[in-house]
Amino acid sequence: MISRLVRKAALFAVAAGSFGIAAIAGFGDANAQATVAAIKQRGQLVCGVDSGIPGFAYQDATGKWIGFDVDYCRALSAAIFGDPEKVKYVGTTAKVRFTVLQSGEIDVLIRDSTLTFTRNTDLKLQGAAVNFYAGQGFMVKKSLNAKNVKDLNGATICMVTGATLELNIADFNRANNVNIGSLLFERTEEAFAATESGRCDGYTDDTGSLAAARSTMKVPGDWDILAQVISKEPLGIHTRQGDENWTNICKWMHYALLNAEETGVTMANLDQMTKTSTDPFVRRLVGEEGDFGKLLGLDNKWAYNAIKVVGNYADIYDRHFGPKALGLPRGANEQWYKGGLQYGLPFR
Amino acid sequence: MTGAEERIAGGRTGLLRLLSDERVQGWAWQLVLAIAIVAAVTFFAHNAAENLSRRGGSFGLGFLWQIAGFDIPFKLFDYGPTNLYGRALLVAFANTILISILAIAGATFLGFLLGVMRLSTNWLVRNLAFSITELIRNTPQLLQIIFWYVAVMQTLPSPRQSLKAGEAIFLNIRGVYMPAVVWADWAVPASAGLLATLVAGAALWRVRTRFAGPARATIAPIGPALAVAGAFAFFASGTIAGLDYPELQGFNFRGGLRITPELVALWLGLSIYSAVFIGEIVRGAVEGISWGQTEAARSLGLSRAQTLRLVIIPQALRIIIPPMTSQYLNIIKSSSLGAAVAYPELFQIFGGTVLNQSGRAIEVMGILMAIFLVINLATSALMNWYNRHVAIKER
Amino acid sequence: MTSTLTWLRVNLFSSWTNGLLTVLVLGLFWLVIPPLLDWAIFNATLNAATKAQCAADGACWAFIKQRFALFFYGRYPAAERWRVDLSAVLLVVFLVPAMMDGVRHRWVAVVALVGVYPIIAALLMAGGVFGLPWVDTEYWGGLMLNTVLSFVAIAGSLPLGIVLALGRRSRLPLVRYACIGFIELWRGVPLLTVLFMAMVMMPLFLPGGVTVDKLVRALIALTLFTAAYMAEVIRGGLQGVPRGQEEAARSLGLGYWRTQGLVVLPQAIRLVVPGIVNTVVDLYKDTTLVTIVGLFDLLGVVNQSLKDSAWLGMAKEGYAFAAALFFVICWGMSLYSRKVERRLARATAR
Repeated sequence: MISRLVRKAALFAVAAGSFGIAAIAGFGDANAQATVAAIKQRGQLVCGVDSGIPGFAYQDATGKWIGFDVDYCRALSAAIFGDPEKVKYVGTTAKVRFTVLQSGEIDVLIRDSTLTFTRNTDLKLQGAAVNFYAGQGFMVKKSLNAKNVKDLNGATICMVTGATLELNIADFNRANNVNIGSLLFERTEEAFAATESGRCDGYTDDTGSLAAARSTMKVPGDWDILAQVISKEPLGIHTRQGDENWTNICKWMHYALLNAEETGVTMANLDQMTKTSTDPFVRRLVGEEGDFGKLLGLDNKWAYNAIKVVGNYADIYDRHFGPKALGLPRGANEQWYKGGLQYGLPFR
Repeated sequence: MTGAEERIAGGRTGLLRLLSDERVQGWAWQLVLAIAIVAAVTFFAHNAAENLSRRGGSFGLGFLWQIAGFDIPFKLFDYGPTNLYGRALLVAFANTILISILAIAGATFLGFLLGVMRLSTNWLVRNLAFSITELIRNTPQLLQIIFWYVAVMQTLPSPRQSLKAGEAIFLNIRGVYMPAVVWADWAVPASAGLLATLVAGAALWRVRTRFAGPARATIAPIGPALAVAGAFAFFASGTIAGLDYPELQGFNFRGGLRITPELVALWLGLSIYSAVFIGEIVRGAVEGISWGQTEAARSLGLSRAQTLRLVIIPQALRIIIPPMTSQYLNIIKSSSLGAAVAYPELFQIFGGTVLNQSGRAIEVMGILMAIFLVINLATSALMNWYNRHVAIKER
Repeated sequence: MTSTLTWLRVNLFSSWTNGLLTVLVLGLFWLVIPPLLDWAIFNATLNAATKAQCAADGACWAFIKQRFALFFYGRYPAAERWRVDLSAVLLVVFLVPAMMDGVRHRWVAVVALVGVYPIIAALLMAGGVFGLPWVDTEYWGGLMLNTVLSFVAIAGSLPLGIVLALGRRSRLPLVRYACIGFIELWRGVPLLTVLFMAMVMMPLFLPGGVTVDKLVRALIALTLFTAAYMAEVIRGGLQGVPRGQEEAARSLGLGYWRTQGLVVLPQAIRLVVPGIVNTVVDLYKDTTLVTIVGLFDLLGVVNQSLKDSAWLGMAKEGYAFAAALFFVICWGMSLYSRKVERRLARATAR
């Protein structure tokens, strides 16, 4: 409340033309205070998402944020406040994403960002969970007759700078003694246009984004997505180091959604399952048994509240990548018992 | 002036008199400013040091000596994925300088052209120039660069349907391909030698007027002879070993010299945008020179072209150079928009890929700002020197 | 009829070269204009629910239509948008007397525009007082954001620019060098890096845990950046005021501040009104670069809209719309600037 007042005062001060110290907007030492307590005091979760990428995070015609990553923000908000709307979304570009997380401007970064060694150790970030397993794939013109990536020797591929795409291509070239050229764009629109026009022989991106890329082409059927991927891109949730409890909440939020799918709890049957289920895993998940929420410093209904608004992992996936949306097969994001990589750690 | 002030201050007592003295006030102001600057710098430096130590203190330029691991599609000198970040920085820097020089040349030429078009007697030409000016200067430059790239460059044919001049020059969506010169090993010293003889020849040609009679007759031919001999030696020694022609192989053309569409689009975007401002500057300057000057020149028997070259332009130049300098600086700074159309300049390669891979946002941006600042200050200094040069001659 | 022919001959075909130029220009028009009209008007689709319902060879304006409000207001809550509209109307009300000629005490209008209007507009748009609900700057976006950014940056950079311009001409060496250093520093770096630094560096230079609103950070960066350019524009005006004016004022016993404030500056500013308006136009176009720090200005909203799964591949329409909107606004300002310029030229010619 006070911070809001200060911020208001700051805005007026600035408008009146007096800059500098008066512009300071909110006090609250991120290090001295636990993240959850800070979120509760502030009254909202500040969630860093991609500034715009189909499927993961974008805005609809009314300006409402929608997407796979956005649903994770909503789930966290529901777990903390019992209300999915208490989120402030911060659209982050590839350039600023880690810096805004480090500086405490956002509480959590749920943006198609790969969990890597150096981001963990050098940038001092915590990879809480992998919510989407992707790999770097290729979309190429059918007429090229390329069956795997090596066939692209001598070709030029369009891509967006900012991720590890160009590095992976260079690594692939060195490892396989081929020469695939790369053309780096700042934004996807120009990269799509260059691919469409034939400036490049193909387009490369994480598999999660390739389906969307194909649907922007004039004749999507003219384009093949190669089955081979040249890198592992575990996209997930990043938090700052130093607040284990908050990292745990983000981590177990993801596992709760996975466990819900595994035990058959969906958005539709949640209330009924809560009342009737005898499965101890379900009962722990929905807060009927044990103190799992309390142990995280939340309400025991935390996972129940989250599933109530976003559903389980499959519900979220279908909403944004399913046949009715971008039409991307689950693939590696299938449950472990169906041959996928998503494996919800047990609630015990 | 001081007399008036002393009279005003005369009736006051010592201290007040001291305070109302302009020199004392001046010192006081400067002292306040100095304290403010020192305080601000200390405050910010202290905070930065504290924040950095809290984040783990990983601040430094050591990352420049790490292996970059990515390739740069367009480079002026050797670079590969196993080179260091530092070398990637140099490649990107060279690309920025290249596009800046090209765009400055292009903008100057087009700007003068537009300026002249605005003054044309042809109604259609004059108004076309006017419409172009209005359209260009009132829309964001970023959108224009994207327009040149997407709507113009990408309508070119595919490599197999290239437009060609003979079997030497090809134009397609991948760029313009032309034969490249294959240099011999001794190309660098040979070029230096050629340059030296040309400069010496030109210098001798210039000083010939200082001599009179027979001495002049002997000295005069030495300069041209030296230059011709130098050029002959350069070519006869086989410094240019041959030409490398581009050839269609697989997906793309191989060999030859290639100008990429990204370079062309950015060049068009930067040149044309600045050209309309330069055109306005030129028009303003020419119109600013009084009509009497032209009439006087014409009545002295100078032709229209001579009037322009000898009377109008030297005077206009004085008015033009300062605002032109800021246009040049704008071009250099706007080259950072090249990232949008995949031109690998500083902001794209260093501020994009290197920043993302190393995560060193602060160091990378600091280096970027410092580089741009140095380029711009150097350009400014050069233009100011040229300005003085022009101004002195005018007396 | 004959007069038309005469006009044609004099203006288009007065000589061989002129005739050739005319034909060339007409040929260029013939190449460019018909396909453009086909795409933008004749083959365009105005009503469609998704991309699939749009004609393939024409513009799909339905996309723009559906998101029209978003492009203007960003995510500003629909129920509160009247506050933005009211601010815009008030802007016109404050702007007209400040721009009009022959208004008595015009400086009062200017001060009201730069000093009073921003406070009213900020209260109105941010809310939190008089029962108006608080609208966080997170929801500000679209063309409204471009306008807010430009306006505040100009209002802030004018006084700062005046101080810097005076400082650069000061006889006190430290003041002079400090001002030169400041101006050249900001003019020497790309705005992109400045905005990025404001985003990334500012938290680093502030005491631990202090955060500044993202919009405020962009405003500070834009203001400082613009102030450097403004200072140079105003310096041009100061140089245009005859030296005798200052000497006369000093000999009348006026001190430095009163000489500058009452005699030199009013004349200088009048000289550089066109220059100031041009700076505003440049700034307005440059505000599109704030997308890099994650603010959603008009271009940012357009970019963001292109990511909607139902409307993928609408880049041409989006960019064309943004360009047209910018053109209308900037052109309007340019027209005003030229009008003032012509009046100045007449006044000095007298």
